[in-house]
Amino acid sequence: MNIRAQVSMVFHLDKCIGCHTCSVACKNIWTDRKGTEYMWWNNVETKPGTGYPTLWEDQDRYQGGWERDENGKLKLKLQGRARGLGNLFANPALPTLDDYYEPWTYQYDELFNAPEGDDQPTARPVSLITGKHMDIEAGPNWDDDLGGSPVYAVNDPNLEGLSDTEREQLNELERMVFFYLPRICNHCVNAACVAACPAGAIYKRGEDGIVLLNQDNCRAWRMCISGCPYKKTYYNWSTGKSEKCILCYPRLESGHAPACFHSCVGRIRYLGALLYDADEIEAAAAVPDAELVQAHRDLIKDPFDPEVIAAARANGVPEAMLEAARNSPVYKFVKTWGLALPLHAEYRTLPMLFYVPPMLPILAAQKDGVYDIAGADAIGGPPTFSTLEKARVPIRFMASLFSAGNEDVVAEVYAKLLAVRTYMRSQKVGDVDPTELETTLARGGTNPEEAEAIFRLTAMPTFDERFVLPPLGRDDAVEATVDPYTARSHAGFGTRKPPERRW
Amino acid sequence: MGWIQDLVDPKTRRWEEFYRNRWQHDNAVRSTHGVNCTGGCSWMVYVKDGIITWEMQATDYPLLEDSVPPYEPRGCQRGISASWYVYSPIRVKYPYMRGPLMDLWRAARAEHENPVDAWGSIVEDETKRARFQKARGKGGFRRTDWDEVLEVISASLLYTARKWGPDRVFGFSPIPAMSYLSYAAGSRFLQLFGGVNMSFYDWYADLPNAFPEIWGDQTDVCESADWYKSKYIVAMGSNLNMTRTPDVHFISEARHEGTKFTVIAPDFNQVAKYADWWIPVTAGQDTALWMAVNHVILKEFHADRQVPYFIEYLKKYSDSTHLVRLEPDGDTYGAGRYLRANLIDRYRDVENGDWKLLMWDAKSGPKMPKGSVGFRWGEELGKWNLTLEDGLDDTPIDPELTFLETHDAVLQVGFHEFASGKSARRGVPVRYVETSEGRVPVATVYDLLMAQFGVGRGLAGDYAKSFDDADAPYTPAWQEQFTGIGRETVLRLAREFADNAEVTNGKSMIIIGASINHWYNNNLAYRAPITSLILCGCCGVNGGGMNHYVGQEKLTLVSPWTSLAFALDWQRPPRQQQSPTWHYVQSDQWRYDSEFTDYDAVPPDAKWAKGHAMDLAAKAVRMGWMPFYPQFDRNPLELVEEAKAAGAEGKDAVAAHVVDRLKEGEIGLSVDDPDAEENWPRIWLIWRGNAILSSAKGHEFFLRHYLGTHDSIIAEEAAAGKVKTVVWREPAPRGKMDLVVDINFRMDTSALYSDIVLPTATWYEKNDLNTTDLHSFVHPLSQAVPPVWESKSDWDIFKALAKKVSELAPETFPEPVTDLVARPLMHDTPDELSQMEVEDWREGDCEPVPGKTFPHLFLVERDYSQIYDKFRSFGPNVRADGITGNGVHIPIEKFYDELLENPVGGTPDPRRLRCVEWGGNRYPALEDALDAANLLLRLAPETNGEVAYEAFKAEEERIGLPLADLAEGNRSVRMTFADLKAQPRRTLVSPCWTGIVNDGRPYAAWCINVERLVPWRTLSGRQHLYVDHPYYIDFGEHLPTFKPKLDPRATGDIGLSSTDGPALVLNYITPHGKWHIHSTYYDNLRMLTLSRGIEPCWINDKDAASIGIEDNDWVEVYNDNGVMVTRAAVSARVQPGTCMVYHSPERTISIPKSQVRGGRRGGGHNSLTRTRINPVLLAGGQAQFTYGFNYWGPIGVFTRDTYAVVRKLEKLEW
Repeated sequence: MNIRAQVSMVFHLDKCIGCHTCSVACKNIWTDRKGTEYMWWNNVETKPGTGYPTLWEDQDRYQGGWERDENGKLKLKLQGRARGLGNLFANPALPTLDDYYEPWTYQYDELFNAPEGDDQPTARPVSLITGKHMDIEAGPNWDDDLGGSPVYAVNDPNLEGLSDTEREQLNELERMVFFYLPRICNHCVNAACVAACPAGAIYKRGEDGIVLLNQDNCRAWRMCISGCPYKKTYYNWSTGKSEKCILCYPRLESGHAPACFHSCVGRIRYLGALLYDADEIEAAAAVPDAELVQAHRDLIKDPFDPEVIAAARANGVPEAMLEAARNSPVYKFVKTWGLALPLHAEYRTLPMLFYVPPMLPILAAQKDGVYDIAGADAIGGPPTFSTLEKARVPIRFMASLFSAGNEDVVAEVYAKLLAVRTYMRSQKVGDVDPTELETTLARGGTNPEEAEAIFRLTAMPTFDERFVLPPLGRDDAVEATVDPYTARSHAGFGTRKPPERRW
Repeated sequence: MGWIQDLVDPKTRRWEEFYRNRWQHDNAVRSTHGVNCTGGCSWMVYVKDGIITWEMQATDYPLLEDSVPPYEPRGCQRGISASWYVYSPIRVKYPYMRGPLMDLWRAARAEHENPVDAWGSIVEDETKRARFQKARGKGGFRRTDWDEVLEVISASLLYTARKWGPDRVFGFSPIPAMSYLSYAAGSRFLQLFGGVNMSFYDWYADLPNAFPEIWGDQTDVCESADWYKSKYIVAMGSNLNMTRTPDVHFISEARHEGTKFTVIAPDFNQVAKYADWWIPVTAGQDTALWMAVNHVILKEFHADRQVPYFIEYLKKYSDSTHLVRLEPDGDTYGAGRYLRANLIDRYRDVENGDWKLLMWDAKSGPKMPKGSVGFRWGEELGKWNLTLEDGLDDTPIDPELTFLETHDAVLQVGFHEFASGKSARRGVPVRYVETSEGRVPVATVYDLLMAQFGVGRGLAGDYAKSFDDADAPYTPAWQEQFTGIGRETVLRLAREFADNAEVTNGKSMIIIGASINHWYNNNLAYRAPITSLILCGCCGVNGGGMNHYVGQEKLTLVSPWTSLAFALDWQRPPRQQQSPTWHYVQSDQWRYDSEFTDYDAVPPDAKWAKGHAMDLAAKAVRMGWMPFYPQFDRNPLELVEEAKAAGAEGKDAVAAHVVDRLKEGEIGLSVDDPDAEENWPRIWLIWRGNAILSSAKGHEFFLRHYLGTHDSIIAEEAAAGKVKTVVWREPAPRGKMDLVVDINFRMDTSALYSDIVLPTATWYEKNDLNTTDLHSFVHPLSQAVPPVWESKSDWDIFKALAKKVSELAPETFPEPVTDLVARPLMHDTPDELSQMEVEDWREGDCEPVPGKTFPHLFLVERDYSQIYDKFRSFGPNVRADGITGNGVHIPIEKFYDELLENPVGGTPDPRRLRCVEWGGNRYPALEDALDAANLLLRLAPETNGEVAYEAFKAEEERIGLPLADLAEGNRSVRMTFADLKAQPRRTLVSPCWTGIVNDGRPYAAWCINVERLVPWRTLSGRQHLYVDHPYYIDFGEHLPTFKPKLDPRATGDIGLSSTDGPALVLNYITPHGKWHIHSTYYDNLRMLTLSRGIEPCWINDKDAASIGIEDNDWVEVYNDNGVMVTRAAVSARVQPGTCMVYHSPERTISIPKSQVRGGRRGGGHNSLTRTRINPVLLAGGQAQFTYGFNYWGPIGVFTRDTYAVVRKLEKLEW
């Protein structure tokens, strides 16, 4: 066993309101500079939809992530097709500005400075790149809330396999649906960006697994951009260095949750440590699609298991990290309860951000211009919740996102989520038929104790219960270069070293 | 750490300081945003090298009960973008004046020694006046300095007061709760001057009229944590994810605890995604759906089977047991007034007997319960409570809810149904009562309600045969034709809702908002679901009730704030204007309106419900129902001088003199001739709001008639010959306003169209207070950096203006003057007992008696040289008068005296209070916003536990029941501004409010009423299912009813606008949006980037295809009122036949020229709207139907009833 620790994440999509506060929190602090305007280390997408950059999930086009060859071996998809160095200088899978958007601002000064005229002045949009007037045709969140869009929603790559009729139904009121998918760097265990970088500028931090892109070493090959199937590294056109989500390590190191986590007003985010066995990475990433979720779960090790603890200690994982792993809300959602799933496991990067899929309203039927509940059988009695069969959730679509197509895995999650609600109603109101309760719990593969625990962590958590930050002992890291005793009295003096960059 | 070296050695990672350096900062200061969003979120503002860099949410809210999830974090995508504004290119950094005015001013100043004369020389010259008016909004701003702008403004104010009267000076600033002191600075200045504050909550159409109608309260709702207490939540017209962003987590958390969540909304929107069940009602037809829900509840949970909890609740807390007279009407009867107590022998001589009502005691017949408004304003204290006891001898009453089993007769009563225009006859069980007017039949409200909803209970008449009886009004089958929702859905909704209320004792809740309240018949749209809630015992219960969230109206510290803001510490009354009627009249939109019966349904043979709304508006003013300023066609200062010269001494004599001259026709009411120049508003001060666009229903009419600049109206005038009492003048005046001043930190549309723009501090550069309905904390806005460039806080701006006016005043007003202030009959005062009947003195029904059948007339002394000193000190009147909030009076003598013990002078302090001395007297200081903040915190029962205790003690006397125990545990609590900066503080239980928040219990409305038997502030003291105001009976709204959606062909929006070619006429809806709060943040680059760089027009995919529009195409959206040009967002989630432009884009950003209106730049969303008023909401003169600022009156409706043509823009031109 080669146990490593990683700061990992859960996003509970049922609670996501698509507000994008997370995106702005990140932008304000990290990417509000020349060259970074179009970078959204954190973005939120409307699903079904085409996302950012446009159609990023279309790996036939972008060649991101890993693939499993005939022999069951892993290789980077990009290199598999492009034959490595031959394409170093011409990387055809790179997204272009059109796949992102041309960042813009407005001529605000017109409102102050326009001379007296015969009509009202207005602030026209201008490009932040060329400074010239422009027509805005795309943005980082262009299909926001556009469920039912004939241009965007129906072209979601996850709808592959749906018939034309099924796709069209997504535009009918009684079936239409949308939900939100917030995305940051997944800080993958088997990160394709790291593997793709010819300069070796990307690394996974030993102490917490955060994937960083060294701003001194980056040589602008941009292989990371193609290699990352999630399109979460970005090229800074001003400095000539690529940049990516840093999971706010300066905040983590000083005891703060990352900005996007802190600011999540839907309270959907959880952060905590996971332990995994690095020796199993290659095998776990190479199983057939349908087994990927389980292999990923198996890779994550029980922090209470004495063998795991011993192996971790042997690897130098500090006690504080082990303690954090034992208290990790992420461990509970991912491993104990099996409710949180990796996004696009079939990319085989073993992402360490997991999602609890959203519940959605029940279907309806439309007849002679009148809209009614579908299957109006059980009218009356206590409120009934949506069931998977009746929910507006195309199960195949969810499986495409969260279980590499394995519909059983997603169905199990929904059954459990529904069981929790039913159990809680039975406890708080008492108007649930005992037989129905028993059946629902059994179908959800859960029991009262677990249901209560799931409810508490879902609905009641405080800030400190959502974010169990491992103390990152900076003393050791600092000591590698300067005695902390000295650092204490010298820190902050002098002018800062200007970065080696062009801006 | 050997394993790390396997991966990356720290030595090779020294570059990591690159990002670490960015995170470092010097300071983090707590503030919030004053933006009328209801969020009221606590934020930490980060400062690095003296520059504000970003903000992050504070997460240190104290927890409520253990059983409720935490509030943290609060703060949305908009709030977190606020720091963008501070140094942004749209920031107003200096004072600006438009070039033509500046040139005229400087030339006039060179000629005139006295600035007041200089101002007169400009505005008295029509050519000069037109010169700068026509330039409004069209560029040409020039930078100036504070000295110059303060002088221009002060001169114009003094000129106006001398020439026309101070009541020609108007100020608009919305929603004080978002920044208490920034609002109060301007209103305090205006009131000391004699100017007029314009209302906002009603103007924004945020005031839910059903709340005053039913509860006698402006609005009282639960905090968002209480949503979590509910077990069945229905959201309608309220896109919680979009507009209650920091609160909506409680919904999802409640769902995980087993709460069902149902959303009623026409489009599949963000909150529908959150729902278990989405009901896509046809836009604007929610009332029909809830009428059917009521039908089902009455049938299944009241008629077929009685739920003991529901029955007991109705008896104790509603008017359902009250007796209503049935009046003969042809061969049937009609429901009339409540039977008044003094009509029966036993109560013949009781005090205020007209204002005490009757129930039928099961043992002894008609009995007069305690709690009605007659007990509230009587000499006898201690009987204004909800105990079911006789008001005469305290004997218990066991009221009969229904006479079904005990009736003397069953009479056929007529019920009008507006959708079909038919009247039905239904049998109602009655008892006969011997009265001084003879033997009269009476029914209980409950039995009338059963009959109104067509629930027969075996009685004869036109009752519904079954739920499937589509011809019978209000059945589940009947509502399908309006709502498009099937009967099975309605049945299930009604049963789930009521079942849940039954098993939880009332924990079924409705969350409702703008998208319901902004329709013309908003009150009916609310009364229908509120009826369901009351029938199921849900109001006054944690987790239940009607929770309306639109504006940030909750001024938690209402009682001391009211005194501070309206300068009641120095003088009273203030001049407060009901804005919707005012704008309807003053911006001349009434001239384009036809008779309201052209588009609204009224009963046949109505007495008042007919004619032109303008005539009814004028009538309401002269009867003392509604305010209107200016008051008279004369300067009120001159009127007083004239009366005094004629020998009148004192208030009553001056009033009598004025009334006599009015009767003789020698002076007139301004409202009767609004287009005569002596009746125009002259100066408009705008601060904290976007009065010219964002809230300006009829924006283009503002441009034409207020500003006198260009507009895009093609509508024709329609009122000539239709108005009967109001003077019609030709042509309509253009450019009524002499001066428009905007105080702003961003160059928004209002700033762009104003004459002068003053730079103000942002929310991160000033000290202030903030509260909201959505949580129970009080937050500071506080200074992270001093105001940048030349900006000042609103407090300091108005203080500076007060100083300048006082300096310039002596030349214009060498002596103090006396002002005559008219004031309507007011809510929460003995005025509630003024008018039993609708009697118009102009029509000879009665004599005009000020304060009875005519507005009150008061005298107010004004010494213009003292305005500054009064502004900066808290005057002595409040020591004697006490403070008042929501009808509760609090004596504060001892607390005022404590304040006088503070030292004079020193520096502003977040912990300590100060005094000032002038004219030989000492006063609590209001020099600085910090002084004012601490003063409010010290005097408010919500932040000073001892004040709360004293206030409850005072209330006990009135109510006659124990209350002070509620505050006993809080007596030692005192909060200072410094405390609020350190950590959010939760406000305390207070008699000014109705929630009980002790021990972390979430705030829910009416809990004190239900648990402590404190009456609602209504006629009966109970919740009104029935309204017996004569106007309501005449308009057919005495019982909950359904009036159909207005016919777009009759409303006049699209008469002259071309609909030829590929174009569609669509219902134009402007709900609150995702990327801005009203117009704030709209121009913020963050939000524009995350949206589409513009606020598009959302349109259904099939509708779009039918007129050749594709996603992101440029489109023109227009009607006779104006035009906007934007782009299309195409989606099936929008209902066919509607289009949406989220409220409210700015016309400053990225607006091309319009082809349909002659190549002029397109306007804003309000270019398409127009103000109309629903005249039933003018009803006044009695009980809960008396005026209160932002409490009662028509709201600024018609936004949702607007129709527009949508077509592709032919050519993109800038």
